[in-house]
Amino acid sequence: MATVVVDNLSHAFGQGEMRREVLQNISFSIEPGEVVLLTGPSGCGKTTLLTLIGALRTVQQGQVSVLGQALHGAGRRRRQQVRRCIGMIFQGHNLLRCLTAEQNVQMGADLLPGLSYRARRDEARQWLRAVGLEDHMAKVPHDLSGGQKQRVAIARALAATPRLLLADEPTAALDSRTGREVVELLRRLAREQSCAVLMVTHDPRIVDVADRLLQMEDGRLMNAV
Amino acid sequence: MNRFWRGRRIPLSWLLLTRQPFRLLVALAGISFAGILMFMQLGFRDGLFDASVTAHRLFDADVVLISPRSASSVSMEAFPRRRLVQTLADPDVDGVTQVHWGLMLWRNPETRRNRSILALGFNPDDPFFVDPSLAEKTDALKQKGRILFDQLSRPEFGPIADWYRDGRVVETEIAGNRVRVAGLVSLGTSFGADGNLLTSTETFLDLMPQKPPGAIEVGLVRLKPGADPQQVVSRLSQRLPKDVLVLTKQGFIDFEQNYWKSSTSIGFIFTLGAAMGFVVGCVIVYQVLYTDVSDHLPEYATLMAMGYRLSHLLGVVVREGFYLAVMGYVPAYLAGQGLYSFVRDATKLPVGMDFSRALTVLVMILVMCMLSSLLAMRRLIDADPAEIF
Repeated sequence: MATVVVDNLSHAFGQGEMRREVLQNISFSIEPGEVVLLTGPSGCGKTTLLTLIGALRTVQQGQVSVLGQALHGAGRRRRQQVRRCIGMIFQGHNLLRCLTAEQNVQMGADLLPGLSYRARRDEARQWLRAVGLEDHMAKVPHDLSGGQKQRVAIARALAATPRLLLADEPTAALDSRTGREVVELLRRLAREQSCAVLMVTHDPRIVDVADRLLQMEDGRLMNAV
Repeated sequence: MNRFWRGRRIPLSWLLLTRQPFRLLVALAGISFAGILMFMQLGFRDGLFDASVTAHRLFDADVVLISPRSASSVSMEAFPRRRLVQTLADPDVDGVTQVHWGLMLWRNPETRRNRSILALGFNPDDPFFVDPSLAEKTDALKQKGRILFDQLSRPEFGPIADWYRDGRVVETEIAGNRVRVAGLVSLGTSFGADGNLLTSTETFLDLMPQKPPGAIEVGLVRLKPGADPQQVVSRLSQRLPKDVLVLTKQGFIDFEQNYWKSSTSIGFIFTLGAAMGFVVGCVIVYQVLYTDVSDHLPEYATLMAMGYRLSHLLGVVVREGFYLAVMGYVPAYLAGQGLYSFVRDATKLPVGMDFSRALTVLVMILVMCMLSSLLAMRRLIDADPAEIF
């Protein structure tokens, strides 16, 4: 079963005169363990597509199903359950400012059922080691560099053992070398978990990490597969 | 134990609150202020109502007889003394005594201005006083024309207490009759009376010669040990004619307080004051929490995007409200107590902290904090997480 199936998806913002189509008849699918890159000029609807798949936005028209769950017409509860199986990495890192790196990652591990506090903390530490931040566990986001923050975000997303990882321009705030490192780390860790990845980017330097490339323009997929 | 550790989580609410200590302090100051406001308004209200029954509390009686035409302590009507004697027929009645109760015109010995003062006349041989030290002073009243002056009376009555303590003979006139101060007592002012004086029945009647003989304003009845005042009241009410009203002592106190609460605008004004305190408190707390929640909205949205349930997030915010309420209540309680003692010293009103008021204010603060925090979360409930980033 495909991890993500998008079928004939359309989306519009605004009402009446102001109505603006941002997505038109999009169809594609992602297999388990696949790393897919979504590129295109800014404003073409990439982020909207990503938030629709991430169950962060209500589906208006067409079908989106994630891990076998249809999102069209899904209630609050169903969408929350779907979100639980998806790891998200945002353009801004969106870490909780009041928590240390370790606690931020543990917020992800806390979603795992049936683990003791200690086990969840160990899980968090292990993920921070995996992204190479074992020396910065007790720092709050304010004291971390951009690349470090993005690595914490990756650790947090992976700590909830997701089966799909959605990343929205994870390298936007990073210089090219750090960006490259972060993306390769992301791909390696996702591979180990056999977790599918859908990454939005318009950074041409990281295109080669993808198994497959999706190109978008004006709300349409150019090379639909 | 295992369950506990499994349930343990990062104390997110606490960390969210304490991340910006200055902001937390401002929030707590706002909540404390609201609490102090409520403490003050409720304290004043209860204190004033309490003060209105200082004279009523003086007497150690189980059952009280008054005229049904009496409206309050400042307009006591008379009833036949016979009714009081008739109560002695009841097997539970141990003893009775009478009290004359009325306003008189007191002349300030310094300025020669008249002002009305509440006078109580009783039998000095048989006073039913709660306070034994008061009963000792009544001996001096056995001479005619002697009175005990309330040193907590307003200063407009003259520097009576100072003069008396200086050893001077303090004399003045009431309704054209000369009286001499034979001692000081501490009762306190109330809505109706700016000052009080105690005297003997005989002197009282001399000062009010127009009073018909055999008419009294208050009859005090003391019951035998173990008797139920409530039962005696209903028995006496049936037996006695309708020209007298039989009350328990508490009923007598309630009768006075109800007059001020319901028949005058005073009760309304102070209840409104307390309500205003609550509303102002709600506005402050809502403002504080709303800013706080708005500030953290992207973080809450992130948690929702990670798959946390809405109820989990509401729990985080409600807990924030709870911590704020408890932390804001403590200084409000302490400041309230300080202000009460300040007000007590300045106004002689019996304002004090009592358990039920402390609890009322705590509950009100809790309600307003948690309600405000939930209201502030509406934005998160209504919105898709994607719209908040």
